[in-house]
Amino acid sequence: MAEKVASMQNAAPVSPEKFARIPQEDKSADFMARPKITYWSDAWRRFKQNKLALVSMAILLVIVLMVIIVPIVSPHDFSKGNFRNKHAAASAEHWFGTDQLGRDIFTRIFVGGRVSIAIGLVGALISAVVGTIYGAISAFAGGRVDNLMMRIIEILGSIPYLLLVILIQVYFQERSLGTMILALTITGWLGSARMVRGQLLSLKNQDFVLAARTLGVSSWKTITRHLIPNTLNIIIIQITFDIPGYIFSEAFLSYLGIGIESPMTSWGAMASAAQQKFLFYPMELFYPSLMIALTMLTFVLMGDGLRDALDPRLRE
Amino acid sequence: MLQYSLKRILMMLLTLFIVITVTFFMMHSIPGDPLANMAKKLPEATLKNYYAKYGLDKPVPEQYKIFMKNLIVEGDLGESIAYPGRSISRTISETAPVSAQWGFVSLIIGLVIGIALGMIAALNRNSWPDYLVSFIAMLGVCLPVFTLAALLQLVFTLKLGWLPSSGWGTPAHFALPVMASALGTVATYARYTRSNVLEVLNQDYILTAEAKGVSRGGILTKHVMRNAMLPLVTMLGPRIAAIFTGSFLLEKMFSIPGLGFYFYNSVTSRDYTMIIGTTVFYAALFMVANLVVDLLYGLIDPRIRVGKRGL
Repeated sequence: MAEKVASMQNAAPVSPEKFARIPQEDKSADFMARPKITYWSDAWRRFKQNKLALVSMAILLVIVLMVIIVPIVSPHDFSKGNFRNKHAAASAEHWFGTDQLGRDIFTRIFVGGRVSIAIGLVGALISAVVGTIYGAISAFAGGRVDNLMMRIIEILGSIPYLLLVILIQVYFQERSLGTMILALTITGWLGSARMVRGQLLSLKNQDFVLAARTLGVSSWKTITRHLIPNTLNIIIIQITFDIPGYIFSEAFLSYLGIGIESPMTSWGAMASAAQQKFLFYPMELFYPSLMIALTMLTFVLMGDGLRDALDPRLRE
Repeated sequence: MLQYSLKRILMMLLTLFIVITVTFFMMHSIPGDPLANMAKKLPEATLKNYYAKYGLDKPVPEQYKIFMKNLIVEGDLGESIAYPGRSISRTISETAPVSAQWGFVSLIIGLVIGIALGMIAALNRNSWPDYLVSFIAMLGVCLPVFTLAALLQLVFTLKLGWLPSSGWGTPAHFALPVMASALGTVATYARYTRSNVLEVLNQDYILTAEAKGVSRGGILTKHVMRNAMLPLVTMLGPRIAAIFTGSFLLEKMFSIPGLGFYFYNSVTSRDYTMIIGTTVFYAALFMVANLVVDLLYGLIDPRIRVGKRGL
């Protein structure tokens, strides 16, 4: 042992001359001639190929624009009727005719659309944010906390939402846009939370996350670089499917007479009012139903397109 | 397996207990007097008796103790406030079967048609049967159920005069509500079955079966059906629970005396005891159905060993 150490000390010292630089190899073959394509531009390219989804998006944009513009430019007040002109048929003055109080249905459709679409958008956004935060905490905490948080979801899920809607209306003593959104989102985020948690749990165990950890990537960077981008797509998809869901729920509640309060209206409330004399004036039920169905259809088709574009693994 | 089941049942009872407690205190924290409507009509002495009868003269924790004791010891949910003398347990046991009758018929019809359409669509991918099924499924997803119900009433009652528009009692009364609610089921299951079947058809074991010379029918029934149906089972739990509580919208539109109809009535008339009672019933059903489906899933799919996975 001692001899070995001695012989090492006797050896000639390592000098810089002993090292030679290897000539740089030609790297021109690695040069990227094409512009870099990010995940999002790639997704947009795939989305554009889906004609059905593109048309749906265009129709949806038209509906949103109409909902914004028509109530402003319309010569008719949506809440003021003319009792001498009840249940009028479609004419040059009233494009869709008038309702049971002689109010212009064309104007009311787009005023009601504001409420329906606002509830859809805000509701879906709130439930996505709350669901994502809740699901992420649950997935990262794991163990007991995770278990407890999932129990809470189960408890909230087993309370009928009709009851929560009524409770909130009684508490706030009003049936406005705000209380409707609150009532619908209070249990609406449960699905998103479950989904985000599931996605994060499966991502956590995947090889590329393990590789990032092994290479010493900080956990903050792992979250922002790997986990969020891989969850964002399913959150966006969830939002596009949640929006029509909220529009449907609102229509459903308004139809039962516990939705938005008069004089404000929504597509569901209009359908509900038309239902009473539906056998005599079927068109009055037709217009709001058509708007609900058209909005649902475009959102679902766009959601399908987005899903294929954002998550190529799911594509058929 | 047994240990896992016991653990799940205990967990379920605990969750149910919390749901009941939360609902009870939520209902009792609502401002206002549940007997306010009666208070206008009845003399003071009678009213006092009513307060005593519902235990409303006692503090809320005391009321909670009485409610829980009655529920656990006798399975009694108390008496309706809006309709004095009407026992809630009896109302549920009389109305839930009505909802269950038409609900089951609708679910079975919807399931059979939906799964069949989904299979047809998947096997004829990108040809006209597939597009037709997609169209039907889209219609079921997008058409509001109240519009569909109104349309059915217009066509089958007013125009054709074949079926009664609403009511309950004869088999003919089943037709319209069953049709109205089955379309949604058909749409959901056709979509899921189609994508599941397409996924299964891509699996290696299908290729193996083909290579072994298994007939087309054999592959479909033995391999495709069994594997494609599995994920559909998990979706059934909440659906079955929903059958017993009924669709309040359809039951209201078609005047069916089911639990959904009574629940809607109790909610709009602020019938507190009835609301708590129905919520307890719904929550219990929902949890039991989910538990049964979870346990069944382990039995049907041998790849999932529930006992070893733990909670």
